[in-house]
Amino acid sequence: MNTTRVILVAVGGQGNLLASSVLGEAALLSQIPVRMSEIHGMAQRGGVVESAMVFGDAKSPVISDGEADVLVGFEPSETLRALKKCNNQTVVITNLEPLPPFTVAIGKGVYPDLNELQNLIRAKTARLISIDAVRLAREAGNELAVNMVLLGALIQTEKLPVKAETVKEVIRTKTKQAFVESNIKAFELGFSAAQQKNK
Amino acid sequence: MHKLLSDQRDKKMLLLGNEAIARGAIEAGLAIGATYPGTPSSEISAALFEISHQSDLYFEYSTNEKVALEVAAAAANCGLRSMAIMKHVGLNVAADALMTLAYVGVKGGMVILSADDPFMFSSQNEQDNRYYGKLSGLPVLEPSSVDEAKEMIKYAFELSEKLQEPVLFRTTTRINHSSGIVTLGDIAPVNSSGDFVKDPFSYVTVPAVSRNLHVKLLKHWDEAKSISENSPYNLIEGDGPCGIVCNGISYNYVSDAVKDLGCEEKVKILKIGFSNPMPESTVKNFLKGCEKVLVVEEGEPYMEETVKAFAQEEGSTIPIKGKSPSHFSRLYEYSPALVRKVIAEYLDLAYQPPAIPDMSDVPEIPQRPPNLCAGCSHRATFYIAKQAAAGMETIIPTDIGCYTLGLLPPMSMADFVICMGSSVTTSCGFSKATNKKVISFIGDSTFFHSGIPGLINAVFNNHNFTLFILDNGTTAMTGHQPNPGVDMTLLNQTGFGRVDIEDVVRAVGVKEVTVIQPFKLKKSIEAVKKAFEFKGVSVVISREMCTLYAKSLKLQKGKRYRVSDKCKNHRDCINQLGCPAFFLNEGRVQINPAQCTGCAVCVQVCPENAILPIKE
Repeated sequence: MNTTRVILVAVGGQGNLLASSVLGEAALLSQIPVRMSEIHGMAQRGGVVESAMVFGDAKSPVISDGEADVLVGFEPSETLRALKKCNNQTVVITNLEPLPPFTVAIGKGVYPDLNELQNLIRAKTARLISIDAVRLAREAGNELAVNMVLLGALIQTEKLPVKAETVKEVIRTKTKQAFVESNIKAFELGFSAAQQKNK
Repeated sequence: MHKLLSDQRDKKMLLLGNEAIARGAIEAGLAIGATYPGTPSSEISAALFEISHQSDLYFEYSTNEKVALEVAAAAANCGLRSMAIMKHVGLNVAADALMTLAYVGVKGGMVILSADDPFMFSSQNEQDNRYYGKLSGLPVLEPSSVDEAKEMIKYAFELSEKLQEPVLFRTTTRINHSSGIVTLGDIAPVNSSGDFVKDPFSYVTVPAVSRNLHVKLLKHWDEAKSISENSPYNLIEGDGPCGIVCNGISYNYVSDAVKDLGCEEKVKILKIGFSNPMPESTVKNFLKGCEKVLVVEEGEPYMEETVKAFAQEEGSTIPIKGKSPSHFSRLYEYSPALVRKVIAEYLDLAYQPPAIPDMSDVPEIPQRPPNLCAGCSHRATFYIAKQAAAGMETIIPTDIGCYTLGLLPPMSMADFVICMGSSVTTSCGFSKATNKKVISFIGDSTFFHSGIPGLINAVFNNHNFTLFILDNGTTAMTGHQPNPGVDMTLLNQTGFGRVDIEDVVRAVGVKEVTVIQPFKLKKSIEAVKKAFEFKGVSVVISREMCTLYAKSLKLQKGKRYRVSDKCKNHRDCINQLGCPAFFLNEGRVQINPAQCTGCAVCVQVCPENAILPIKE
C-alpha cells in the first residue's frame, strides 16, 4: 500500500487532536494501517499543536521536512510556518481566519498579509485550498467545529483512502453527542467548500 | 467503564502510546501503581488513576518520584505486581531508592517506567536513562512502537518475576505521544492481597547484608544476560554485509529508510529492545557477517560503546560508526529523512534528499511561544512581586511548573532553574553569595515534591530570601493532577487527607508568613513589601485557583471586561501584564471576551480606569 503523510497544525484549543483522532479511527474502520504522533507541549497555554499522520505501510509515525503529502493548517500563519513540511507536490488546506499570536499584540512581530501568504503557499506547493472555516463552522451551528470543516475538505481531496461516510460514522460514534449534528454539518460544509474550489 | 478496561479480546483499538502502556499494565494484572506526574508520561497515570476507581487496582499520585518508587517497591516485596511511573528526570529523584532496591530485589513483578524526552519538548534536559540500567545493574526494555509497548509491559512483569529484580521500562516522547493500532489481549485478574515475609538479613541493607546482596545482584545480572540473549525483543532482520544496530523509535526510521532506498539486500538489522544487559553472543554473531556497522540510537552512544567493546573482544577491526560529526548526533531527536540520509551515505547509495521548499522569500512569521493563560493567577503574583521589588537589585530563582513561563517578557521574572525544588535551595546559596534581594517562586505541587527540605534548611541556617509559594490548588502544568494540598472533594473523591501549605510553612519555623489573594493588587503589594523587608526567610503564599482548573470544575467567575472609550492608549495592560486576552485592533487595545476570565487584574493596572465590566 502507498504511504500518505498528513500534517495537521493548529493553535492549542482549535481541536486538531480530535480531528486527527477521528481520522485515525476512520482509518482503523477502513482497515488502513495508520500511525500518528503529536507534539502538544503546553498547547493549553497558547502554543502550537502538530499532529503527524502516516497512512499505509511505513513504520515511522513522524514526518520529516519536505515529506508531507497533505498539510492541513487550522490557522493561516501556522500553515505558512509549517510550509517547510511540504514539497511541490503537496496539497495544502488552510483555514483563513487568523488567530494572531500574542507577540503581535505586544508589537514583537507583524502578522503576515493573507493574500501574500496564500500566494507564497500556492507558489511552493501543488495546490492550495483556502477555506473560511470559522464562518462555515458558525453556519453549521458550532463555532468550534473548525476541525470538522477542515476534515471535510481533506476527505474531499481524495488524497486519503478514507471515505466521507466512514468519517461521518466516526463523528457519530466518537464525538460528543450534543455536537454530532453540528459536527456532521460542518464536515459536509467543508467537503462542499473544497469541491467548489476544485471547479 | 473506562475504555481501557474493555474485555473484548482481539478487538483493535487506536491508542496513544501511553494508553497502550496502561492497557498492558492492566492486562498484566497490575495491583499497585504510583507516580509523580511528568510529561511525556502523564497520560499513563491519568488512565490508571481513573481505572483504579473502577477496578481492584490501587493507584496513587505520590508526593514525588522517590516516594512513588518506594511505595511500589514495598508492594512488590509483598508479592504484588507494582509499577512506578515518572519522566526521565524523575528517576534522578528516585535514584537513591533505585540503586539499593536493585540489591534487595523484588518478589512480585515491578516495572519502573522512565519516559525520556529527546529534543526536550517539555523538559529541562534530554538525559538518556538507559545508563540507569548500567548504573543499577537492572534490566532495561525499550519498545519501538505503540503496539509493542503494550506487549512489552507484560513481558516486563514476567521478566521482573523471573529475575526477582525491578525492570526499567524506557520510552521516549515519540512512543508515549504516538498513536497506533493495538490488539487487545486478556485482562489478568488482580492479586491485591500481598504478604510480607520477614527476612531482615535479606531486606535490611546494613553493610554486612549488602555485601551479600551485591553478590546476588550480579548473579541476577548474569541470568538477565542469558535471557537477553534469547529475548524476542532482540531480533535480526536480513543478512546483508552492512550491519545496522538500532533501538526504540529509531528502528522505524531505519526500517523505512532501508525500504525507501531499496537496499534490503545490503543490510542486516539488529533491533535491540532488551538493551541492558546487551545480548553479547547475539551481537558478536551479528558482527561476524558484517563488513561495517552503523549504530542508530537517539541520545548517548549507549549501544555503540557496547558493540565496540564486543567487537574488540572478538578481535574485530571492522568500522563501527554511530555518534560522530558525519553520522549521528547526541543532540535532539532523529527523523526519517535524517536516518535515510546517513544510511545512504554510509552505504554509498544514490540518494534524493526531500525537496524542502525555499523559504527565503517567506516573511518572518511572528513567534507563538506558550504563555501564561488569560486570567492566570501567576501573572498577577509576578506583577505584585515586581511592583513590590521596584528599585531593588534582585535575583529570581524559579522552579518547574507553569510559572517557569514567568521567564518571558513582559514579566521576565525568572533568573535560574535547574530542577524541581531548586528555587528554595539555590535561594539559600544566592543569598549567601551576594547582597542582592533574592525572591524565588515555587508551585504548590513542587513545594510538596521537594521544596520542603530546602525551606527547613533555610530556617535552620538562617538564610535571607523571600519565597513565593504559588498555590493554585492543583498540579497545573501536567494536566491538573492531585497533590497533597488539593481539595479532593472538588473532584468528588473521598478518603483523602489534605495538607495545608501555611501550616507546613509555620511548622518548619518560618517566622514571616503572608498569605495574599493575588487578584487584589494593592493590598497584596503592601503585604509583599513587608515580607521583602524581613531579614531572614519570609514566605508569601499566593492563593488563587488555576483558571483552567476552575473552568473545568465550573467554578469560574462569570464577569467579563471590555476596554471603554476612556482608554488613552497607555497600554500598561499589555506592556506590564501581557494577558493573551488583549489584542490590538487598528492601534487600540481590546479584550477578547471569549478569553477574558474576569480576574480584573488589568482593571486595577489601567491608569485611566478605562476597563469596565461588560453588562450581561
